[in-house]
Amino acid sequence: MSYRTEHIRAQFPILQQQVYGQALVYFDNAATTQKPGVVIEALAAYYEKQNANIHRGVHYLSQKATDAFEETRSLVKDFIHAEHRHEIIFTRGTTESINLVASSFRKAFLKPGDEIILSMMEHHSNIVPWQMACETSGAKIRVIPVTESGCLDLDAYRALITDRTRLVAVTHVSNTLGTINPIKEIIATAHQHNIPVLIDGAQAVAHLKVDVQTLGCDFYCFSGHKMYAPMGVGVLYGKEGILNALPPYQGGGEMIKNVSFERTTYNELPFKFEAGTPNVGDVIGLGKAIEWLEQTGIENIAAHEHELLAYATRKLEECGEIRFFGTAPLKAAVISFLISDLHPYDAGTILDRLGIAIRTGNHCTQPLIDHYGIPGTMRASFAAYNTKEEIDRMMEAILKVKQMFA
Amino acid sequence: MNIKEAEEQIMEEFSHFSDWMDRYNYIIELGKSLPVIDPQYKTEQYLISGCQSQVWLHARYEEGKIVFTADSDAIITKGIVNLLIRVLSGQSPEDIINADMKYIDSIGLRDHLSPTRSNGLLAMIKQMKLYAVVFKAREGR
Ligand SMILES: Cc1ncc(COP(=O)(O)O)c(C=O)c1O
Repeated sequence: MSYRTEHIRAQFPILQQQVYGQALVYFDNAATTQKPGVVIEALAAYYEKQNANIHRGVHYLSQKATDAFEETRSLVKDFIHAEHRHEIIFTRGTTESINLVASSFRKAFLKPGDEIILSMMEHHSNIVPWQMACETSGAKIRVIPVTESGCLDLDAYRALITDRTRLVAVTHVSNTLGTINPIKEIIATAHQHNIPVLIDGAQAVAHLKVDVQTLGCDFYCFSGHKMYAPMGVGVLYGKEGILNALPPYQGGGEMIKNVSFERTTYNELPFKFEAGTPNVGDVIGLGKAIEWLEQTGIENIAAHEHELLAYATRKLEECGEIRFFGTAPLKAAVISFLISDLHPYDAGTILDRLGIAIRTGNHCTQPLIDHYGIPGTMRASFAAYNTKEEIDRMMEAILKVKQMFA
Repeated sequence: MNIKEAEEQIMEEFSHFSDWMDRYNYIIELGKSLPVIDPQYKTEQYLISGCQSQVWLHARYEEGKIVFTADSDAIITKGIVNLLIRVLSGQSPEDIINADMKYIDSIGLRDHLSPTRSNGLLAMIKQMKLYAVVFKAREGR
């Protein structure tokens, strides 16, 4: 296989720019990836040639926009290998997908004393919606601990399951540690007890092949903007059966069948969960991003990122005085570290001035960062277009930081 | 030294630096030389929120002047706090309230003043001025 990074880089207009007079090194891909030209062009083309409200007009443009929107639903279905198109619900992103499930699941199923299992490494968006659901239902949260290397403690997980457990919600890939969790096993364990499982796939979909039927998860959530698509669009996958058992999330147009002041009946899946005018342009952009990912090949991208991860890890080890957070055997495209006792904010400020964009702080995983007893980490996260030369530049910058703070 | 003189002294020091690296090296120096705060004030109560790094700020009122001491877990933040303390500590509440803090701009730290910056420089200035308002109100009673 020949993977030509120059060829890929050339497709991303933003990477051609300079910051502070230097070529930009963009290592904040876990926060959001850059967008290839085809996605940007698709957005412009939609507003230039297709824009209309969907599912309601008999006119030409509305039909065209509806077709393009529904075509993306099919692309997403194939992308994650769902069984049915109507199991794909468009949302604003992972956060909204999880809020939708937490809110509707609470209404349908949660009672005082019930339990929800989360993990120590969850993003705030897979913690807070559940806390809100618990507040109004009287249910409680149980937390799977992480081991020293940043893996989930599966023995502890099994011990947490009780006859009050109503749902398990864990992340596929940790945005702070890079750990790829053994979710297939986690799901199978929960299913032995008839407990549904929600997977936060925000950090997974752009880095590894996801097959929701093989995994068996009941819900799978992800954001477009972390997989080369525009911001403002995301996906909730849910199994048909459980989606049908949940009440709607928001009310409005699209999600109804019949409205009268006496009684309103709800529409079928997926429309029941898509109240109001959806984000048609960005959904179409998401479709383009999926096509781009499949043409480039997720396996090729994964192999490339893995090489970058191994290279960066080795370079940082050689550099000395680096403390790594997250050394699981299976990792995806994320490397979190500190330079001895240096505050990540200090290091990040200087790296920024040297044209290196990494992320510093708690990465919206405060419980995990508190668990390690540190102020945060420096996180470099890679994507299809990053190169070893960029890692070399980061290493030079880290050397400079070490000198400055010596 | 009044506020204006302290500001001028700092601007003079920064006028020797031609690039950002020299400026940051100096801020790091200032961070290392920030007078230590009494450890009893490094608690939640004195913590300023709105910063990616933690900042503790203590103020006491002595003979019509406010004396600030502070600390942070990040050195650059400490350096920036030092620049604020050099100007505002030992001044009267009235003068602190009226200080326009424009020198921050002219020493090339304008970026740090934007409300979206996570270092919380703005939050620190606000907190210092808040102390001044409180001490002034108490004095007036
Ligand atoms: C693991 C994980 N879950 C959820 C989210 C939230 O995604 P979004 O902000 O796109 O809704 C993120 C992104 O920051 C993430 O990394």
